[in-house]
Amino acid sequence: MQDKFIMFLSLFKFYTRDILFLSQKIPNLSSILINIHTNMNTNELFAIAPIISVTTLSIIVLLIESLIKKSERLSFGVTVIGLFVTMYFSITTFELSGTAFNQMVTIGGFASIFSVLFSVAALLTVVFSKDYLQKENANFGEFYILILFSTIGMMLMASAADLILLFIGLELMSICLYVLAGFFRNRQSSNEAALKYFLLGAFATSFLLYGIALVYGATGTTNINYIIQNLSNMNNSLFISVGIGLILIGLAFKVGAVPFHMWVPDVYQGSPTPVSGFMATGAKAAAFSAFVILFINSTSSEIKTVLILLSALSMIAGNIIAIAQTNVKRMLGYSSIAHAGYMLIGLAAANQLGRDGILFYLFAYMLMNIGAFGVISLIEANEEKNLQFDDYKGLGTKKPALAAILAILMFSLAGIPPFAGFFGKYYIFIAAVNSNLTWLAILGVLTSVISVYYYLKLVVAMYFKEGEEILFSKVSPLSYLVLIAIIILITGIGVYPSSILTILNQIP
Amino acid sequence: MIQFTPYIVLLPFLGFLINGLLGKKINSEKLSGLIGSGAVGLSFLIALSILLEMLKSPVEERTHIVTIFQWIVAGSLDVAAAYQIDQLSILMTLVVTGVGFLIHVYSIGYMHGDKGFWRFFAYLNLFIFMMLNLVLANNFLLMFLGWEGVGLCSYLLIGFWHDKKFDTGGYKPGEATTSDAAKKAFVVNRIGDFGFLIAMFLIFNLFGSLTFEDVFSRASAIIPIGDETMFWITLLLFLGATGKSAQIPLFVWLPDAMAGPTPVSALIHAATMVTAGVYMVARCSILYALAPASMEIVAIIGIATAFFAATMGLVQNDIKKILAYSTISQLGYMFLGLGVGAFASGIFHVMTHAFFKALLFLGAGAVIHAMHEEQDIQKMGGLKSKMPTTYKTFFVAALAIAGIPPLSGFFSKDEILWKAFSQGSYLFWILGWITAGLTAFYMFRLVSLTFEGKERWSHEKHPHEAPKVMTIPLIILAILSIIGGFVGIPHALGGGNAIEQWLEPIFARANLHLVSGHHGSLTAEYLLMILSVLVGVVGIYFARKLYLEKPELVEKFSASFRSIHKLLWNKYFVDEVYDAAVVTPIVKGSDKLLWKGFDVKIIDGIVNGSAKVTAWISSWMRKIQFGAVQNYAMVFVVGIIVILGILIFR
Repeated sequence: MQDKFIMFLSLFKFYTRDILFLSQKIPNLSSILINIHTNMNTNELFAIAPIISVTTLSIIVLLIESLIKKSERLSFGVTVIGLFVTMYFSITTFELSGTAFNQMVTIGGFASIFSVLFSVAALLTVVFSKDYLQKENANFGEFYILILFSTIGMMLMASAADLILLFIGLELMSICLYVLAGFFRNRQSSNEAALKYFLLGAFATSFLLYGIALVYGATGTTNINYIIQNLSNMNNSLFISVGIGLILIGLAFKVGAVPFHMWVPDVYQGSPTPVSGFMATGAKAAAFSAFVILFINSTSSEIKTVLILLSALSMIAGNIIAIAQTNVKRMLGYSSIAHAGYMLIGLAAANQLGRDGILFYLFAYMLMNIGAFGVISLIEANEEKNLQFDDYKGLGTKKPALAAILAILMFSLAGIPPFAGFFGKYYIFIAAVNSNLTWLAILGVLTSVISVYYYLKLVVAMYFKEGEEILFSKVSPLSYLVLIAIIILITGIGVYPSSILTILNQIP
Repeated sequence: MIQFTPYIVLLPFLGFLINGLLGKKINSEKLSGLIGSGAVGLSFLIALSILLEMLKSPVEERTHIVTIFQWIVAGSLDVAAAYQIDQLSILMTLVVTGVGFLIHVYSIGYMHGDKGFWRFFAYLNLFIFMMLNLVLANNFLLMFLGWEGVGLCSYLLIGFWHDKKFDTGGYKPGEATTSDAAKKAFVVNRIGDFGFLIAMFLIFNLFGSLTFEDVFSRASAIIPIGDETMFWITLLLFLGATGKSAQIPLFVWLPDAMAGPTPVSALIHAATMVTAGVYMVARCSILYALAPASMEIVAIIGIATAFFAATMGLVQNDIKKILAYSTISQLGYMFLGLGVGAFASGIFHVMTHAFFKALLFLGAGAVIHAMHEEQDIQKMGGLKSKMPTTYKTFFVAALAIAGIPPLSGFFSKDEILWKAFSQGSYLFWILGWITAGLTAFYMFRLVSLTFEGKERWSHEKHPHEAPKVMTIPLIILAILSIIGGFVGIPHALGGGNAIEQWLEPIFARANLHLVSGHHGSLTAEYLLMILSVLVGVVGIYFARKLYLEKPELVEKFSASFRSIHKLLWNKYFVDEVYDAAVVTPIVKGSDKLLWKGFDVKIIDGIVNGSAKVTAWISSWMRKIQFGAVQNYAMVFVVGIIVILGILIFR
């Protein structure tokens, strides 16, 4: 006990040392950059085609925005087409495997799957944003650029084979999201959301960076594969485990796990609604991709304990506090904390099925949640109106199509078959049972039962209560089309889950 | 053609989608009817061309598995949505789509003017889709999907006119609607489905697979005859079959199911769905061969049902109910065939029965239509001259079911009786023989009272022949009822028993394990044939004598055998017994004890209590969210300290 405490104190001594290490690493880094320059060949470029594609796209939109006046429609169109191209590249690179650019990025398989996920998320967000921004008189092209830049960040995270790249991706993503959260600069709640997110985000990132520094200090490398493979035969195990712990904290903040969740409800409530959807799905998926890369094969028992703790707390707190909410966006905020808890179960299970379960869940959750935020953004009126549960009363007769879609999304979020949400939970709980975490799976089931209450509260309000007349803006056919596509997808995946699962099984 | 197999199943589903989603918008009987019947007709053509291809290929290449997709993968459970085309399933497919198509066409005329026309065709197509899944599945789970699906369609279609009054002849007098009949059918079937489910669990537990081929080959290889688990599996499967195929003890739903539109009775409750149990037992023939005790039970239940249902049919006056009891009785024959190991004969009877029973129901439908929804045969009579086509076809079907050669019913029924006899089950044979006589009697009682003799209806009604769209299916079915048996002419009569040879590979495994009984001599076979023709003729003769020439004798008979008549009239009081023994205790018990006692006080108390506690915790925990970012950072830091504590001090 005592010697451990001394070692703990020596951590602070270590702090000075790792700055030294980092400074040594910098020339090392630049040599890598030179290597990239000289060894770069077309194969490697093709391997990161999704990233290149979305980067090119964002530069094109940036140029359109600065060179052409009244360019919002054009930017929108180009963004949508470009994201389809990105999706195409993501799918074509799926067959690849290994790393590229001197073991900086992982290619194919896992990274490609996430590239698909991110580009779909960005696409859906952009489509819902169009109606929403017009309604709020904030249809600026910068919005699309910021979405695209943060998508690049997410893709970098999911394909990181090096802690430095992970960090760069995370920051790129986060900074864009800070700005997006405050996109309605005249709205107080939007500013508040941006500031809170930024302050706490910076706080969390510093811990992440500190963790990376500790791990580097102990191992002498930032290469993730090397670190994972040699984890057991390293001397400075305490430094490594604390370093990994700090990285875990930084990522736990991004997924909104309890107790690092305090920002979630405020930020989701204050941000523009489609942005909340994007944060809840894209950013969360990116952080989970990093979680999976780092922890799925290398979980020590202590880390496992921490993951279980975070998971249990998130499920309990997220679901229980969600019950008392009266604002729909805030309710979804708490529910997203709970969903992070479910996915952390898969991580704690640390097996193949857990990984596939998380990926499956992320896909299902992305569709359901962007859909839900999308419907909310279509119902929302100026000045943050129509966001209370009471405003949804009688929606079943006033807006039957939207109400039906929202009801299906709520059923899916609650995990009721035959929708995708059910199988997401099912595979994760099975993974937990397989690795002797039955009690955690039971806790997951119990808290899901609680979640049914607040999801169905919305359905009850829509169909079984009478509400006052409220104003709706017109919903564009495009939004309907996308919503119907989402419903078809979540039903299709729910009825035929092995379609996704067989693809996930191919990832090494 | 094999690669087109998925379309056999898919086309009716497409028809269901089009009629179900757009039917109201289409709002055209012609188009809805065309889509509905066309989809099934096309399926039939595909199935037919597959059959022709199979006929050309050698025996061992006649089985094909067509996998559509990997359906459910969980642990060691791996179930594909895959269809198995073989001699048995193609036969069933042809019956389902062929007879189904004719009934669809007939329904265009029958449902003319109904406001739910498109809905009716959507349900019919959905039924065909589910039924095809049932017969084509290559594993128990997909079969179960179809099994449940046809149950659902049966429920939807029995209650098609959901607020129509309906005489149950028992419970809820005067206020029962067709919805009650639908509910009864559904609930009774659930009991059987429960057996099927448990059997499926046991099968998976024993063999680790639900695919037919895996299960059957493993069973054949490793399970000894008389294995106890196999006994329970087969018994539970048979419980499922008794539900779906209306056998003792679960037959009570079928007479009430007649509340549905008549084409539904023809399609679902005579020709196809109710034979699902027979098909399932035949499909699992190897499992039954390994459980001789279950086979015995199947045979006993079969012959008992055949006999009792026939006696109940003797005194009924509702035209459709007579046919319903007749269906139950004929299904009993089929199970008798399966039970004595004559699987091919059972399936043969499924086929011929589909022809003549569908014809009888459709004819009955035409009569009911002409008589303005009158179903009591005591109020009919003399319709022969008004509806000549219906009469002639109905007469043919009645001859077929009465077992008069060379019509189809003779060959299939006699095959079953002969197999029972040659296995040494003389009692089965005698009961089956008597039942055959009873069948001939009640069928010709029906024919005589409906079509012949005096007109007993008021002359405000003007019965007339049904339109062509209804009579043409009748004629086709009549032709099939006549020639349908020629595929199974026994060796004794110089035929090749083609259908038995065709199905031989399916039952090869089962036949290996069955102790083949002594084969009776040719003389015996001829003798039995003559006897069963005789009993049919006698039945017909008495029926015509009694009901056409000496109706006063009927009164006398029923008066002198008052107690028996009362017993039969009330269907052995089975409904009443079930009501007293099962329904009432459950209703009372769940009302007083479970609902008002246990549910309201204890369950609701716990649920509401825990909900209240959760809501209270929620509103309390909510207050932690102060809104100040400094406090958020504080919580954050506490989290870090705890996590680092775990990492360092463990």
